[in-house]
Amino acid sequence: MIDLKDKQAVNKIWRILETVTDPEVPVLSILDLGIVRNVQLNGDEVEIYITPTYSGCPATDAINTNIRMVLLENGFSTIKITQQLSPAWTTDWMSEKGKEKLKAYGIAPPHSKQIVCAPDSFQKEEAIQCPQCNSYNSRLVSQFGSTACKALYQCNDCKEPFDYFKCH
Amino acid sequence: MNKSINISTDQLINYLLHLADNSLIMGHRNSEWCGHGPILEQDIAISNIALDLIGQARNFYQYAAIPIKQSTNQPINLTTEDSLAYLRDTREYKNCLLVEQPNGDWAQTILKQFFFSTYQYYLYQQLQNNADDQLKAIAAKALKEVTYHVRWSSEWVIRLGDGTDESKKRLLRAFDELWMFTGELFEPASYELNMSTDFILMKEEWNKKVCSVFEEATIDVPVEKKWHQSGGKTGNHSEHLGLLLAEMQFMQRAYPNSEW
Repeated sequence: MIDLKDKQAVNKIWRILETVTDPEVPVLSILDLGIVRNVQLNGDEVEIYITPTYSGCPATDAINTNIRMVLLENGFSTIKITQQLSPAWTTDWMSEKGKEKLKAYGIAPPHSKQIVCAPDSFQKEEAIQCPQCNSYNSRLVSQFGSTACKALYQCNDCKEPFDYFKCH
Repeated sequence: MNKSINISTDQLINYLLHLADNSLIMGHRNSEWCGHGPILEQDIAISNIALDLIGQARNFYQYAAIPIKQSTNQPINLTTEDSLAYLRDTREYKNCLLVEQPNGDWAQTILKQFFFSTYQYYLYQQLQNNADDQLKAIAAKALKEVTYHVRWSSEWVIRLGDGTDESKKRLLRAFDELWMFTGELFEPASYELNMSTDFILMKEEWNKKVCSVFEEATIDVPVEKKWHQSGGKTGNHSEHLGLLLAEMQFMQRAYPNSEW
């Protein structure tokens, strides 16, 4: 039986959570995404605080189930997952390692200098680097992509369409 | 739970249901476009917006379910986000009339989205400073998403208004269909009073934004037109909501407690 009061247990849980991936972007772990806000032990209970990326992100339920499964497999039997809305998730919390993994996977990572959406229409678009040929000569096809967190771009040089993980 | 002393539990519940119903019904209307959008990218865009709105509705319903469970004068079967969405009837819905209006053509859908998203944008800006922590958190989260909705829909209003004769004609027709439902947004129902929202400021900001987008869209419309239809916030809906709910709630009504 694991001594839950041990600080080591908390560290172990963090390492286990590293293996849980985003079902929609399987190269990213939930730690890369920055959605695990806290891990806490309340006696025998493990409490994980998760912040959703988007209000309607359908991956959230799947992620919660996967967290439960992997912790059960590792001998933690009482698991509580608490949704923490505040402060709201931002792409700033994505790890640098995560951004590199995204690019290697073919998704342009969020800009390191946060430029979030403003309500004014027809603004100048930020230059997004094509994950295939590294050209900045790309154009926005749609603000809304295959999932809530992505926008659709096309490279004007290599012509490849690609997803951009938009700043949020 | 609620830090403001003037607000009764019933008022908080009604207010949360109103916010949730607005988002759910608007989101459901948008979902009707899924697979029917004019081009693939816009089909995806409007489905994304539907998802954001239904996500907002879930957050509000989940929050409303907590005081409902503790309250003694609320129906005992309505204590989950699902039962609140699927088991309430037309008169119990508190959404404004605007969101339940049919989608019509693309111009009508776009204009409805623009009116509504702009309203949500200024409302959530105020709510993100509310004394109620959970309300504040939901609004701050949703505001980031709504900003995209405002930008997307206003760009389309401009494209249609300043586009071809046909697109302009359709946008003007949409204005005639929808304008009468915009006044209700700024007429507070009893449960919206004392929620620390400044309706006069919100209306001013909304009018300013709408007029500036209309100007860019080169459409000249009588925005000072006075007659407005209201009633949705207190459960007096147009015929359209009943038909929408009949479709949306069919599965739960026909097969109670079904899951997949």
